[in-house]
Amino acid sequence: MSTSSAPVFVARDLTKVYTMGDVQVHALRGVDFDLSAGEFVVLLGPSGSGKSTLLNILGGLDVPTSGSVIYRDHDLTAAGEAALTEYRRDHVGFVFQFYNLIPSLTARENVALVTEIAASPMTPEEALGLVELGDRLDHFPAQLSGGEQQRVAIARAIAKRPEVLLCDEPTGALDITTGVVVLDALTHVNRTLGTATVVITHNAAIAGLADRVIRLADGRVVSIAHNARKVEARSLSW
Amino acid sequence: MVRPPFRLRALTRKLLRDVWEMKSQALAIAVVVAAGVTMFVTYLSNFDSLVRTLSQYYERQQFADVFAGATRAPAPLAARIGAIPGVVTVDTRVVADVTLDVTGLDEPANARLISLPAAGAPALNRVLLRRGAWPDPSRPDDVVASEVFCEAHGFGPGDRVAAVLNGRRRELTIVGVGISPEYVYSIRPGDLFPDNRRFGVFWMQRAALAAAFDMEGGFNDVSLQLAAGASSDDVVARLDRLLEPYGGRGAYTRALQVSAWTLENELTQLRMFGLVTPAIFLSVAAFILHIALTRALALQRGQIAALKALGYGNGALAWHYVQWALVIAAAGALAGIAGGAWLGARMAELYNVFFRFPMLDYRVSTGVALWSLAGSLSVAAAGALAAVRRAVSVPPADAMRPDAPARYRLSLVERLGVARRLPQAARMVLRTLERQPVRALLSMLGIAAAGAVLVIGLSFIDVMDVLIDEQFVQAMRQDVTVTFVGPRSADAVQAAARLPGVIAVEPQRIVPVRLRAGAHHRTLAITGLMPDASLQRVVARSGAVVTLPPAGLVLSKVLGEVLGVAAGGTVRVEVLEGARPVFDVPVAALVDDSMGVQAYMARDALHALLHEGRTVSSTALMVDPAAIDRLSLTLKALPAVAGVAVREATLRNFRQTMAEHMNLIIAFNVGFAAIIAFGVVYNAARVSLSERSRELASLRVLGFTRDEIGRILLGELAVLTVLSLPVGAVLGYGLGRFIMTIFNNEVYRLPFAITAQSIAWSWLTVVSAAALSSVAVRRRLDGLDLVAVLKSRE
Repeated sequence: MSTSSAPVFVARDLTKVYTMGDVQVHALRGVDFDLSAGEFVVLLGPSGSGKSTLLNILGGLDVPTSGSVIYRDHDLTAAGEAALTEYRRDHVGFVFQFYNLIPSLTARENVALVTEIAASPMTPEEALGLVELGDRLDHFPAQLSGGEQQRVAIARAIAKRPEVLLCDEPTGALDITTGVVVLDALTHVNRTLGTATVVITHNAAIAGLADRVIRLADGRVVSIAHNARKVEARSLSW
Repeated sequence: MVRPPFRLRALTRKLLRDVWEMKSQALAIAVVVAAGVTMFVTYLSNFDSLVRTLSQYYERQQFADVFAGATRAPAPLAARIGAIPGVVTVDTRVVADVTLDVTGLDEPANARLISLPAAGAPALNRVLLRRGAWPDPSRPDDVVASEVFCEAHGFGPGDRVAAVLNGRRRELTIVGVGISPEYVYSIRPGDLFPDNRRFGVFWMQRAALAAAFDMEGGFNDVSLQLAAGASSDDVVARLDRLLEPYGGRGAYTRALQVSAWTLENELTQLRMFGLVTPAIFLSVAAFILHIALTRALALQRGQIAALKALGYGNGALAWHYVQWALVIAAAGALAGIAGGAWLGARMAELYNVFFRFPMLDYRVSTGVALWSLAGSLSVAAAGALAAVRRAVSVPPADAMRPDAPARYRLSLVERLGVARRLPQAARMVLRTLERQPVRALLSMLGIAAAGAVLVIGLSFIDVMDVLIDEQFVQAMRQDVTVTFVGPRSADAVQAAARLPGVIAVEPQRIVPVRLRAGAHHRTLAITGLMPDASLQRVVARSGAVVTLPPAGLVLSKVLGEVLGVAAGGTVRVEVLEGARPVFDVPVAALVDDSMGVQAYMARDALHALLHEGRTVSSTALMVDPAAIDRLSLTLKALPAVAGVAVREATLRNFRQTMAEHMNLIIAFNVGFAAIIAFGVVYNAARVSLSERSRELASLRVLGFTRDEIGRILLGELAVLTVLSLPVGAVLGYGLGRFIMTIFNNEVYRLPFAITAQSIAWSWLTVVSAAALSSVAVRRRLDGLDLVAVLKSRE
C-alpha cells in the first residue's frame, strides 16, 4: 500500500509518567509519531522502552501526561472517557499478546461482541473466514490452540472494519510456525482491507514485514527506517 | 446489525455462562435471598390475607362499631340510643357469664351466654352457624356453642353441658356450632391467654336467657353501628350518659373491643416481623454478593480490559456485571415467593389455633410478590454496585497489566513476638487475614449475622420461660383464683378459707372503672390487692416485686403512656358500679409490666375511696395439692362462683398452645439461620480458594499434602468462624432487644431473654454449618488440577 495519503495519527511530544508505589516511571519522554492510511508500522524495542504505552495512548486506552495525539480530526488528548470509548468502538481494532478472548464465549460469539456494537461490521463468519477459521466458529477459546486464539482475536479486531489495527506483541506467546500464520493473517488484512496497522514486537525478525520500522528505547524514538521491499510473512524465521 | 434476530446477544450469553460457572456460589447466595423473601412473603401475605379476611368477615356479619354493658336498662332506652346522631343500628342483648360443669374437666369452666333474637338474625354481631341448627323456640335450653370450645372438647350438636345460671343448675343442649366476629379471639374476661377448654361462648334464645337473669323487658348489653364519618368519641360519650342511670359499664369502640384489639396488635406485629427479619437476610445476601462479585470481577480483570478496548463503555460493562447480581437475586426471589406461598399457607393454618375466622383465604398478594422481587433486586444491585464500579472504573491500560503481587507482611501476632514458633500454616493464615482486614471483618460479620438470627430465634424459647416464670411463679403464686358473681361481703373470705384443702386466702377487690386523663381514657378494672400480698403480686418485667403504696394508683407503664400520665400525676377515676362516684386519684407509680393494661391499688385504699367495707370480688387461694380435685368439685356447684382459674391448668394450656405456635417459628429461624451461615462460609471459602489456588497448588508441588494445604485454607475460615461466635451472640442480643422493643404493644410487652444454653445451641449450629461448607470446599480443593492452575495466567 502506498504511504502517501493523509495521516491517520499525528502525535507530538508525548510523555507519560506513571507513579508506581513510591517511584515515578517515565515511560515516554517526548515521542513524535505519524501513521498514514494503509501503512504497516512495526514498533521495535526492548521491554520497558515505552512501546505498549505508546500503543495504548494511540488506541485511546490511556492518555498521555503531556503532548498531543490527533486521530484524523479527533483530538484524543482532549477526549473524555465517553469519547474515547466511542473512538475505540468505531475506529480501532486491538490485538493483544495474551489474546484476551472472553473464555465463556465461542469464537463466533467473541467476534459478535464487536459486530453487535459497531456501525457497519462484517458478519462474524466473514471475519473468521478472513483469518481462515471458518471451520472453528463454535469452539470455545479453551478448545483452540494459541495461534487459533490469536487469529480469533484478529478476526474480532477487524470485524468492525477499523481504520487502525493496533497489535501488542501478537506473536509474543506463540512459537515460530504459529506466529508466522498470525503475522500472515495481519499482513493479509492490511493488504486486502487497507487497514493501517501498528505492530509492537521486540522480535527484530518481524521488522521485514513493515513499510516503516520505528525503534524505541528508554521512552524515546531512536531510529526510523523505511523498508524499500517488504518480505512475506511466510518467509520469516527467528 | 448482522445477526439473526432470535440469537441472544454475545454479552448476554457471557452473562449466563459466567453465572453458570459460579453456580454453587450463586446458589448459596440465591438461597439466602430466598430465605429472606420466604419470610417476607409468609408474614406479609398472611398480614394481607388476615386484613382482607377480617374486613370481609366484619362487614358480612355486621360487626358493631361501639359496645357497652350495663346492669339492667329498660327496653325503651334502645330507641333513645338509636336517636344519638351518627347511630345507624342499635342491637340490645342480654349477656351473662356463667360457670360450666363440663364432663371430663375437673375444674369448672366458664361460658359467656349471649342472647339471640326470637326471630331472625341479630342486627349486629351476627353469629355464623358452622354446623347444626339454631335453637328451637320451644326448647329454652338449646344453645349454639363457639367452635373453638366445641373443638377443644370434641363437642357437636346433641352434646350437653351443665351450667349454673343465676344460681340454678341447667343442662344446656348444644344444637349448633357457631363463630362470631366478636370472638375471633376468644378469651375469658380477665385472662391473659385464651383457654378454649375452659372458656366458651354460648348463644341462646333471648326469652330463655332473660328469664334466667330477670332481664325481661330490659337488656344489659348494647352494640351500635355508626354512619360513615360519625364521631365515635361523641357517640361513646352520649351513650355513656344514657346508660349511666342503668349501671352502664362504659362504652368503648371497636378498636378497644378485646378480640378486635388483640387482632390489631397481632397484625401490627406480623407486619413488623415481616419487614425486619427479611431486612436482615437481604443485607447478608447483599454482603455475600458483594464479596463474591468482587472476586469474580478480579478474575475478569483481563476480560474487562479487552471489552473496553473493543469499545464497550463503563456503563454497558457495569450493567453487564450488575446483571449477574440481578439474575442471582431474581432466582432467589422467585424461589422465595414460591417458598413463601407454601410456608404462608402453613402459618395461616396456625392462626386457627388462636383466631377463628369463617375461613382464612390465604393468598400471596401480587403486591407482596412484586415488592419482594423489587426489594431483592435493589438490594442485590446495591451489593453489586460498589464491586462493579471499582472493577469497571480501572483504566483499560491498567487492567491490561496483571495485578501487582499482594503485599504481605508479618502479622501482628508475629510482630509482637508472641508466636515465633507458630506453625507455617498458622502464620500464613494470620498474614492473609491481616492483609485484607476489611474483608476478613465483613466475612466474620456475615457469619455473625447467622449466629445473631439464631440467637433471636432461640431467644423466643427463653422469653417464654421468663414470661412463665414471671406470670406463674413470681406474680400469680396462688393455686386457684375464685371470682364471685358480683362483689361479696368479707364473709366470703371466711367461706373460701373453709373450702376443702385451702391453706391460705387472699381477698381481692376488682372495680370496673373508666380512667380519664385529659382527652385520653380507658375502660378497665382497678385491682385492689393487699400491699404485702404473698399470692397475687405485682411484678415488673425486671422481676422486681412492687409493693403497693398505701394510697394512689399503680398503673402499667403502657397505660401511663396511653393516658399521658406519669407518676405524681392525677387521673380521674369514674367508677362504673354501685353509686358510680367519680374521684381524682394520684398516680403513685408506673410499673413496667408484661401483660395487658393494668391498674392496681392497695385494697384498703380502694375500700376507703369507695367508702365501703371489706368487700371482695375474688380470692386467691393456696391449696393443698392433694385436695385440688375435691376443691374443684365443690366450686363447680357453688352458685356464688362466677369463675375459677387453676394455675396448673392455665399454665399447661399456655405451654401447649405456645409450643404449637412457637415450634414452627423457631424451626423457620433455625433453618434459615443455618442457610445464612452455610452461605456465608461457603462463599468466603470459595473466594479464598479462587484467590489462592495458585499459591496452594504451588505448595502441593513443593510437597505439601492435601491436609496441609486444606488446613491453610480452612484454618482461615475456622478463625473467622470462631471470632464470629461472640460477635453473633452480642449482635443477636442487641437485635433481639430491638425487635422486642418494636414488637411491644398493649397486649404484651415481652422481656428479652437469652440463656447460655440458647447461645450454645446457636454456636453449635453455626459451627456445624461452617463445617459442612468446609467439607464442600475441601472436596474442591482435593480436585485442584495442579498443572492447569500453575499454567494459567491470572
